[in-house]
Amino acid sequence: MQVMVAMSGGVDSSVAAALMIEAGHEVVGVTMKLWGGPSDKGCCSVSDVLDARRAADLIGVDHHVFNFGEDFERDVIAPYVADHAAGRTPNPCIECNRSIKFARLLERADALGFDAVVTGHHARLVRAADGTRRIARAVDMAKDQSYVLHMLPAADLERVEFPIGTLEKTEVRQMAADLGMRVANKPDSQDVCFIASTTSRDEFLGKRTALTPASVVDADGTEVGRVEAVEMITIGQRKGLGLAGGSPARYVNDVDVEGQRVTIGTRADLLTDAVTLDKMVWIGDALGEGLVAQTSAHGRVRPATVVGDQVIWQSPQQRVAPGQTVVLYDGDVVVGGGIAVRSAS
Amino acid sequence: MGTTRESGEAYLDWAASTPMRAEAVEAMVAAAHAGFGNPTGAHHAARVARRIVDDARDQVADALGAAPSEVIFCGSGTEADNLAIFGARRPGDHVACSAVEHHGVLHPVEHLDGTVIGVDAQGQLNLEQLAAICDDQLAVVSVMAANNETGVIQPLEPIRAVLDEHAPQALLHTDAVQAFPWLDVATHAAAADLITISGHKFGGPKGVGALVVRSGATLTPQVLGGGQEFEMRSGTHNVAGIAALGVAVAAMAAERHAVVGRVAALRDRLVRGVRAIVPDVIESAIDPVGGQQAFARPITKVAGSAHLCFPGIESEALLFLLERAGIYASAASSCASGAQDPSHVLAAMGYPRELAAGSLRLSLGYGSTDGDVDRALAVIPDAVLQLRAAAA
Repeated sequence: MQVMVAMSGGVDSSVAAALMIEAGHEVVGVTMKLWGGPSDKGCCSVSDVLDARRAADLIGVDHHVFNFGEDFERDVIAPYVADHAAGRTPNPCIECNRSIKFARLLERADALGFDAVVTGHHARLVRAADGTRRIARAVDMAKDQSYVLHMLPAADLERVEFPIGTLEKTEVRQMAADLGMRVANKPDSQDVCFIASTTSRDEFLGKRTALTPASVVDADGTEVGRVEAVEMITIGQRKGLGLAGGSPARYVNDVDVEGQRVTIGTRADLLTDAVTLDKMVWIGDALGEGLVAQTSAHGRVRPATVVGDQVIWQSPQQRVAPGQTVVLYDGDVVVGGGIAVRSAS
Repeated sequence: MGTTRESGEAYLDWAASTPMRAEAVEAMVAAAHAGFGNPTGAHHAARVARRIVDDARDQVADALGAAPSEVIFCGSGTEADNLAIFGARRPGDHVACSAVEHHGVLHPVEHLDGTVIGVDAQGQLNLEQLAAICDDQLAVVSVMAANNETGVIQPLEPIRAVLDEHAPQALLHTDAVQAFPWLDVATHAAAADLITISGHKFGGPKGVGALVVRSGATLTPQVLGGGQEFEMRSGTHNVAGIAALGVAVAAMAAERHAVVGRVAALRDRLVRGVRAIVPDVIESAIDPVGGQQAFARPITKVAGSAHLCFPGIESEALLFLLERAGIYASAASSCASGAQDPSHVLAAMGYPRELAAGSLRLSLGYGSTDGDVDRALAVIPDAVLQLRAAAA
């Protein structure tokens, strides 16, 4: 196959490119320039492009840089800001995978005559009973990224490869070291790539949307604190609520941006029987019984049943922040998912 | 390069850089051996090096219509541009440049909160805007002689005339980096006080540039130290690089007339050939865009420049296909990562964003051949059609 490997400059995608060559494919490395603003980490800095280029040099493949900065601004940053402005808690990595790393790059790869796009994601591809592909958990559960890939359409899965998904991270690093790659010990990327550690999320959002002060109230509506920016508050949060010290732990239970009101309660108040999903997708047929659901990138899974757009927990679970993605698995295999919507508290 | 191009290669990115001339390489190697001494020293080894630098200075001065003492060697065209802008400005003064300048000028001017003057759809400076910002605090105006993306030539006399009338103290700087291979800069830039050239655009080495500073114009040095270049630029001379620059300058000036005629014919055949298969191609500053009337005045471009826009195409994808087929070209300027940035030049000329996104800069040089054009015509139209088919 002729494959385009998305090389971020990290160890996983560098080894992914090497593995594709080893498997006999014709490989071209591509780094996507997504973010032109200040960032000292993540996938977009000039030093990361250098790392990717040098890994490509080392394994003897051509390396290109694609500037998808405008797409990233439109498809990832703008929705991220809009979600926060509406009081939701978005996961921009999922949107980036959906619209940039796969949709946009696949489209580009298609136009240029490539057979597949390869990334260094920790996830596996397996065949379902009907012969089509599904995403499954990585061998290295601690690094598993199936959660942020859950929404890839089945048709696209036929044109992607995740060669790292069958390896432990320690094996990946060992391979990189054996190949003489400088990135063998490069730290894993973390957090949101477009927010530098020298600026805060508040500062980033504050430049792009109005931040609204709000009152913090308890279950009976009594104001017990104030916050500067209701847009920054998320379900389950217990710090930064301006509460008097010494009181028992209280958690954010509901965020009402329009009403400029944050409702807090006990841990028990946070528990709920179900979560309603928006933008729900099933990779194959819709399923109901015997699933497990994951509600954050590295969260634990909980048994659940799906009825319509409702995920009904086997036992009460902590409320899911609106905007968070809920991914449904049948065992290790991703079967679908959706975005949590606000539920009445 | 990781892969070999079996069916041949064509280098069509001479505006980005050029192969060094054999005589420049020879001069560079000879100077590296013989001219190892520090040119500012007082012994024989130093004098040998000094002589090499001063011979090159004569060559540059002759080609640019300047006196040898007006030639300041710098580490690049960008450094020369920076010296012209930052060096001309005094506290309280202001600076200006055209909106289509190379970043080597544009970024210093923006850094100083200077004025960026608009251009028309053919890339020509808006003289009314220039007149409007003229006052006795205007230190320098920078307008490039030929544009690095579009190849459009900008006459400098009308700009000089506006300055003479409204801001006679202002210096006129011209970045002639792209112009030098094609125009007699001594004549074309006679009206300028400050002129930048860069060695690697005409067969000289990278890392050497020069700034002409006419006597009477004084600049504040930006690199301080030993004051080697007439107290306007410090740092031990790059003797080998300067030697090669001098030789390349002389060679280019000597053969320019013949090169311009030959390459213009190649360029015209290239553009005609592309247009024959992709009739909706836009040649920038020549074909009107976005409902514009046909241009009243024909524009002059440097002979080596074929700057095209393909509606419905993404430059990055096109360049990728061309590279795979051995055609080396570019679009707008590249950023530090190597990614193509949207063209500020086409934006300033009023090009719609989608059209500018499909730009392709094919630039020829003194070594371009019929074979290069044949190869380009065998690849480029097909690549455009392939991408259009994929998008359909």
